[in-house]
Amino acid sequence: MSVTMRIGVVTFPGSLDDRDAARAIRIAGGEAIELWHGDADLHGVDAVVLPGGFSYGDYLRCGAIARFAPVMGPLVAAANGGLPVLGICNGFQVLCESHLLPGALVRNTDLHFICRDQRLRIENAHTLWTSSYAEGQEIVVPLKNGEGSYVADESTLDMLESEGRVVARYIGVNPNGSRRDIAGVANARGNVVGIMPHPEHAVEALTGPTTDGLGFFTSLLKGLVEA
Amino acid sequence: MSRHTDTVANAETTPELEQPYSELGLKTDEYFRIREILGRRPTSAELAMYSVMWSEHCSYKSSKVHLRQFGDKKPETEALLVGIGENAGVVDIGEGWAVTFKVESHNHPSYIEPYQGAATGIGGIVRDILSMGARPVAVMDPLRFGAADHPDTRRVLPGIVAGISGYGNCLGLPNIGGEIVFDASYQGNPLVNALCVGTMRHEDIHLASAKGVGNLVILYGAKTGGDGIGGVSVLASETFAEGGPTKRPAVQVGDPFMEKLLIECTLEVLRAGLVEGIQDLGGAGISCATSELASNGEGGMHVRLDQVPLRDASLTPEEILMSESQERMCAIVTPEKVDAFLAICRKWDVTADVIGEVTATGRLVIEWHGEIIVDVPPRTVAHDGPVYERPFARPSWQDSLQADGPERLARPSTAAEIRDTVLTLVGSPNLASKTWVTSQYDRYVLGNTVLAQPEDAGVIRVDEKTGLGVALATDCNGRFAKLDPYNGAKLALAEAYRNVATAGAAPLAVTNCLNFGSPEDPDVMWQFSEAVRGLADGCLELGTPVTGGNVSFYNQTGSTPINPTPVVGVLGVIQDVARRTPMAFRASDDVVLVLGESRDEFAGGEWAHVIHGHLGGLPPVVDLGRERSLGELLVAASVGSLITAAHDVSDAGIVQTLVEMALRAGVGALVRIPEGVDPFVFLLSESTARAVVTVPTSTLGAFESLAGDHGVPVTRIGIVGAAGDDLIVESVYGASATWTLTELRTTADATLPALFA
Repeated sequence: MSVTMRIGVVTFPGSLDDRDAARAIRIAGGEAIELWHGDADLHGVDAVVLPGGFSYGDYLRCGAIARFAPVMGPLVAAANGGLPVLGICNGFQVLCESHLLPGALVRNTDLHFICRDQRLRIENAHTLWTSSYAEGQEIVVPLKNGEGSYVADESTLDMLESEGRVVARYIGVNPNGSRRDIAGVANARGNVVGIMPHPEHAVEALTGPTTDGLGFFTSLLKGLVEA
Repeated sequence: MSRHTDTVANAETTPELEQPYSELGLKTDEYFRIREILGRRPTSAELAMYSVMWSEHCSYKSSKVHLRQFGDKKPETEALLVGIGENAGVVDIGEGWAVTFKVESHNHPSYIEPYQGAATGIGGIVRDILSMGARPVAVMDPLRFGAADHPDTRRVLPGIVAGISGYGNCLGLPNIGGEIVFDASYQGNPLVNALCVGTMRHEDIHLASAKGVGNLVILYGAKTGGDGIGGVSVLASETFAEGGPTKRPAVQVGDPFMEKLLIECTLEVLRAGLVEGIQDLGGAGISCATSELASNGEGGMHVRLDQVPLRDASLTPEEILMSESQERMCAIVTPEKVDAFLAICRKWDVTADVIGEVTATGRLVIEWHGEIIVDVPPRTVAHDGPVYERPFARPSWQDSLQADGPERLARPSTAAEIRDTVLTLVGSPNLASKTWVTSQYDRYVLGNTVLAQPEDAGVIRVDEKTGLGVALATDCNGRFAKLDPYNGAKLALAEAYRNVATAGAAPLAVTNCLNFGSPEDPDVMWQFSEAVRGLADGCLELGTPVTGGNVSFYNQTGSTPINPTPVVGVLGVIQDVARRTPMAFRASDDVVLVLGESRDEFAGGEWAHVIHGHLGGLPPVVDLGRERSLGELLVAASVGSLITAAHDVSDAGIVQTLVEMALRAGVGALVRIPEGVDPFVFLLSESTARAVVTVPTSTLGAFESLAGDHGVPVTRIGIVGAAGDDLIVESVYGASATWTLTELRTTADATLPALFA
């Protein structure tokens, strides 16, 4: 007996990868629910994905305006209460601006937007979004960003490392100058994860470099069923 | 208001007023034709409108008489749903899906202000596709630059690439291909062409016409500012003079975030059935949109120009009419649907205002704070502009250029010399890896990109359930077109056609961007007329109609024009994208085959260009019958799952094709020159109608038999992976030429970053 999990995908003005995130959720076996930035209601979803893109044109600072969107009120409260939330790329930036995750994402060190197939190592396979992976597993997913360099002060970085909250790390090449090669981090509780590369673009052999990204979505669905 | 407004009434009473028509780009006889049409002098607002709409860029006044051939020689096809003349042509790809695609130039703005010029080039072509009712799904950029090591190329290229990246990525459209070509002839006149493709259901097709008297005219999107005033007349229709005043204010400034909202908002109002007619605002802004909508519809429109929302309140009505501010659209909406239309605009935070209505008067009337400043028959502005039969003549130098063939050039004559020559070519700017550029473009967004650069064609999945998709390629070798514009255009068509077929898609339709020098130069006009004739003949022969395109003249500095560059884009259909043929070697032990015949053809090719800096002779022979046979074979082999990889043979010949297939895969090959063939000719000639394919031994017999059925010559030349990580060619003047993949990759990858990073 199974119940289809309802995963919300928020569309901000300027969100671009929202349909892609919804497709990944469907392929993983979930039901994707469209959430609108201007609607302060999560409509009872079981989890939320904040997709990639350029919310509000990245004006002021990436994610800085989206943070104040009406939908973010209930979202921040629910995330603090344990709702699983995945922020991809711009979604990661929104989570940092919302203080659901520590640190910030700044301009790539070479100042160019970069789109490449990126190798990552899954450092923490115990979050709600990474439990389908093995710790230390290497995956390849697309990376595409202009402001993906993860920064935080040294004590925050030390804390993230010691608490096992670095979820994924760049290997081979650090594409954007992220401190300690960090590609993704989690909150203390492990329900909120931000990741700069795009697992939702690696869910079909036909269109992605691999299907390695699917694990983020199957992890969640497996976790929700077991919960 | 402190400023005096030039009204129609005023124009009637002051017939002798001197008007600045020549500063606005109008010739004296054109000005007097306007006076004749109106029976009086034009108001300053009317003069502004006519000047932009009768510019070369908008009116096609020099090219029209030639472009008619695309219609006159149109092949019989049922695929064409909307033909030339609309914002973009529409073709039927089956299963109820339609595709619209078009390529346009943004050359002159991109030279003046590379970032904004290139960015707004993307923005403009995307709105063209959108205004047909389609969702834009991908973009491509055919680019031409001056010599790679010229200091000005270093100024222009990074800005243009950043503009395409900054705008296209923020719109959420995958960039799936294009070209980057360096040649000194583009010094001072880089070419920035932008192609967009969109998809829709048949019933979603919309046209630019103002139908239904009493319907309202809604302007929505960005507010109107002072940018891009007179862009088409000042920039795109004139030659740059050394030391002239800077023309930067005429370049538009783009806001991709607004364009993204405009896309979603427009698709929502269209799908909700709220729109009778729609037109984007590009070149010539409100002048173009209102006159074209009116001319295509009931023939009349009344516009209140003071209702146009402005970014700069000091703009004059003339400036508002001419402004090319980006991210604006114009829709015709019935009165009862206006509220619903405006509500959707509010949802997307898009400014929208009713600025007028459709009338039955047959006149486009524009008022400004209660005074009539424009009262014209819209057709005279939009469609009945001047038409020129420009004089043209075969250039006096054409014969001597063609007589100076590459036969006299020193050729490599040992395996070691071949090895060095190939390395030099692999690292030359035109053949080197373009990753430094293309890694700045998002190729993944929307999740339907099946193939993207450096593959032969970009392939996009249209229907996720059935796998129906389209393939697109653009090509043009301007050196071929300089040697022989008629065949040069056919060669561009042949290469784009071949690239689409190589990916496994059946070529269906053509778009073009014709980049030339000044039409006032009879030499250039001859090149243009020959290229159009060649392309029209070629499209008829291949059965692929031209659905639309763009002409860019005045690409010259002083009296020196660019190489004629008729960029051809071919669209193909693939019923199931899962069977697309990629370019990379797939499996060791697959057999490497050359399809087609190799002849001694080097004129206009990369070897003569890079090694000798030579351009002369006659370009490779183009045989479209053979191209068609090859294309049909490649598609049939894809359908039958007979081949594992395919890559077209063009720049620098078979050896470059092999290098690219090996580098893409990270696997080498062992190849042997066939008996009785000159190794240099076999490896480096640019004969047409050829491709390299790899075939598993299990399907080799079936494939060779299929090739026989199509009349395509097949030559077995080697085995994938039989040389490990090396590419080895045996029997090169009695020895072997060996390249390691590492040295090939290092050589190919180093060039562009060293020049531009």
